[in-house]
Amino acid sequence: MDFSIIIDNLPLLFKGLGLTLQLLAISLTVGFFLSIPLAIMAASKNTWLRTPVKIFIYIFRGTPLLIQIFIIYYGLAQFEWLRESSLWLIFKEAYWCAIIAFSLNTAAYTAEIFRGAILQTPKGELEAAEACGMNRWDQYRHVILPSALRRSIPMYGNEVIFMLHATVLAGVITLVDLFGAAKIINSRYYAPFESFISVGLFYLALTFTIVFAFKLLEGHFLKHLKR
Amino acid sequence: MMLSNTLKSLVIASFTTLLIVGCGNKEPAKEKKAEAEAQPAAKTTEVVRIGVEGAYPPFSQTTKDGKLEGFDIDIAHALCDSMKVKCELVKQDWDGIIPALLAKKYDAIIASMSMTDERKEKVAFSNHYYKSPARFITKKGSDIKVSKEGLKGKSVAVQRGTVSDKFITGEFGEGVDIKRYGTQEEAYLDLNAGRVDLVFADAFVLLEFTKSEKGKDYEFIGDSYTDPKYFGEGIGIALRKEDTALTEKFNAAIKAIRADGAYDTIRKKYFDFEIFE
Repeated sequence: MDFSIIIDNLPLLFKGLGLTLQLLAISLTVGFFLSIPLAIMAASKNTWLRTPVKIFIYIFRGTPLLIQIFIIYYGLAQFEWLRESSLWLIFKEAYWCAIIAFSLNTAAYTAEIFRGAILQTPKGELEAAEACGMNRWDQYRHVILPSALRRSIPMYGNEVIFMLHATVLAGVITLVDLFGAAKIINSRYYAPFESFISVGLFYLALTFTIVFAFKLLEGHFLKHLKR
Repeated sequence: MMLSNTLKSLVIASFTTLLIVGCGNKEPAKEKKAEAEAQPAAKTTEVVRIGVEGAYPPFSQTTKDGKLEGFDIDIAHALCDSMKVKCELVKQDWDGIIPALLAKKYDAIIASMSMTDERKEKVAFSNHYYKSPARFITKKGSDIKVSKEGLKGKSVAVQRGTVSDKFITGEFGEGVDIKRYGTQEEAYLDLNAGRVDLVFADAFVLLEFTKSEKGKDYEFIGDSYTDPKYFGEGIGIALRKEDTALTEKFNAAIKAIRADGAYDTIRKKYFDFEIFE
């Protein structure tokens, strides 16, 4: 056991940490804003609105994220028309491929969380909104979404943690995130225990921070539901 | 009539034999003893489990129907034949190939592994079974000059953790955008896609790629690198340090297949040039 190699390579690990946080923050933001319209469509009674979203959610929840990343990074790159189009500027970079895959994936899961919450909006709230003469749009804006999003916080906290752990997959498409940095250290010194235990601690610390942040969020937004 | 007569005599003959054998108690005992002597050899036919990579053509690759083939695989079988042991090939990704040896998932690694000082801290090596330089390939007609200055800002694909990775990290270092891949095949995919300018790897491996349909637009550039500081004394079989007897057996087997021509037969199957010295 030789942890001095970890100390020597801390700069590499912190660089990896930076990339992990970046990937996580951007994917979660994009995924969150995608998921709200998707959730509304998925909760809609209109088949034409609902079905395409259902298919999207089904595909992204039904396949492993690793496969989604491989298809987006290696798979799409084999098409010449894509490589010759201006889209290639985005798909050429492993960074953007990872962001696209992560964002779509978390959008699908998050949409499903929000859809469930929307459908479970208490009848009383809806009747009250209608009684106030709100149209559908106002109902969503002022009643359904604020209520549904609040009730989703605990489940969404889980999704954020899953997403953090899913970012390790960036390491398979040449990105040097936390896990990528650990793989480099491991391959340089053949020290799997030291390398992976160290990044494991990084992920633990990050997870703890996320859990704590969501506890604060719950305390703030779910005060009215406290027993 | 003739036939039935013959049959009859055969039946009688066998009965007689049975009778004689049955009565002569000593004979069968002798036979049993002879069997018992022969058995230990058959019973203890040692199984040597060999870790191979299966994703490093032409040395080690997995065919479409899941079979392993390549120079390493053929050498492994030849060595086992020579040692009169049973080979059991275990496929393992490169990243974990040494840890899995130490964890006794198999007893030896035949996976084109260069013998470096760093690896020697963890494992023992047999004598080399071939040697190979590392080289760059790039798109035909490119004007890239292989030098520290020439490669500034260029992206180079290498397989993570290989000696090629270490060499380019150590010698070309900061200015070059080094992209590390889990397998060599992924590096080729990104070369084909135009995501990287060059691939740096073992010359043999690149040679095979440039001969393939996907690699026909690429060519070698720059020198061959064999700096022993990175590339060690060649390619050897990695074993656990405590298994000295097995290491000696492999050394003897390498000598034997060099002497009896088995080595050259395999070498000629893959390369039209000498690779042992």
